Amino acid sequence: MSGTASTSGEYIKHHLTNLTFGHYDGHWGFAHSAADIKQMGFWALHVDSLAWSIALALLFFLLFRAAAKHATAGIPGGLQNFVEWIVEFVDTSVKESFSGRNPLIAPLALTIFCWVFLMNLMDLVAVDWLPMIAGLFGEYALSMDPHHVFFKVVPTTDPNITFGMALAVFYLMIYYSIKNKGLGGFLRELAFQPFGKWGLPANLILEGISLISKPVSLALRLFGNMYAGETIFILIALMYGGGWLLGGFGGLLQLGWAIFHILIITLQAFIFMTLTIVYMEMAHNEH
Amino acid sequence: MNINATLIGQSIAFFLFVLFVMKYVWPPLMAALDERKKQIADGLAAAERGHREHELSEQRATEVIREAHEEASLIINRAQQRASEVVDESKGKAMEEAERIIESAHSTIEQDTNSAREQLRTQVSALALAGASQILQREVSESDHQQILSELSAKL
Repeated sequence: MSGTASTSGEYIKHHLTNLTFGHYDGHWGFAHSAADIKQMGFWALHVDSLAWSIALALLFFLLFRAAAKHATAGIPGGLQNFVEWIVEFVDTSVKESFSGRNPLIAPLALTIFCWVFLMNLMDLVAVDWLPMIAGLFGEYALSMDPHHVFFKVVPTTDPNITFGMALAVFYLMIYYSIKNKGLGGFLRELAFQPFGKWGLPANLILEGISLISKPVSLALRLFGNMYAGETIFILIALMYGGGWLLGGFGGLLQLGWAIFHILIITLQAFIFMTLTIVYMEMAHNEH
Repeated sequence: MNINATLIGQSIAFFLFVLFVMKYVWPPLMAALDERKKQIADGLAAAERGHREHELSEQRATEVIREAHEEASLIINRAQQRASEVVDESKGKAMEEAERIIESAHSTIEQDTNSAREQLRTQVSALALAGASQILQREVSESDHQQILSELSAKL
């Protein structure tokens, strides 16, 4: 547990709070409490989520770039083999669902799959390790109260991250819809389907909801799964404070949940990728 | 559960990384994959071609062998025929030669016989003359009786 004196409620709350940078009490800085965060409003950054997200994206990018740089048509080495395996998997998925011609879609799908997978994978790092290190760093290097050092390591449990990605996909969807069907075509799809021109208000409501629901469901599905998984990890971690018997049981639970979570992690990354491809396909073709 | 500017940051990072991947990661990998696919296809095609060529050359080889066999038997046949011809020819020649020799022998024999007969006749006429002169106990002039003697010798 991160602190000796904290209660279970405080422990959970501490684990679910981001390291937030913003403007509060008349100055810029890291928030020390939920009240500080509330005061910051919209113009604040979750430094931990963003840093982990970008670091993981860099890891993914540099790894794949290293493989791509030395990619040969000859016998592939270990890294190239691994990278090619993923690339071929993504390429097959794109080819199965996406019929148009757009050089962006496959790299988009690859980025989403690998990035979301890596961000989800952070969930498997034991919940206390990285926050504890951050707390110790804050306590001894920055002389802060460790209870005020918030550190969330799984970016996909931050709705900002999932909504950021889902909205980016949404922008692309709108952009390609208008580019391929024209503004008129895009609006026609919204206004004249599925009931024809006499059902225009109903069409607008139905199609509008279905359009908005796409990024929302994309973001919330990933966020919900990961947030729930993370919360369960935290709840199991609470058992470590309950003596040897409960702690041992907790360890077993933790292991079981982690193994099950490997499936969820991969599945969520795959679903995010596949849905993005499908949305892109819809944006490229009349439906 | 606070929505804040992190969202914008993540969106920007997302676009950037997608662009990076599209520019620096995807094309080289796909190029390598396509190149390998092509190489494999080429290799398979070459193997197929080699296989077919091998079959073809095998077929050709058996054909060449068969032709050689045929030709060889033809040559043997012809040689045998020629040999028997040569034998026949020489047999005929020998026969002719033999006949010729026999004929010449015959003619020689006839000649010899004739000459012997002539000789004999001369001798007999001389003998007869001598005998007759002895019987007549007188010298018979050769010149007087030449005609008689010739007639006698011709009768002999």
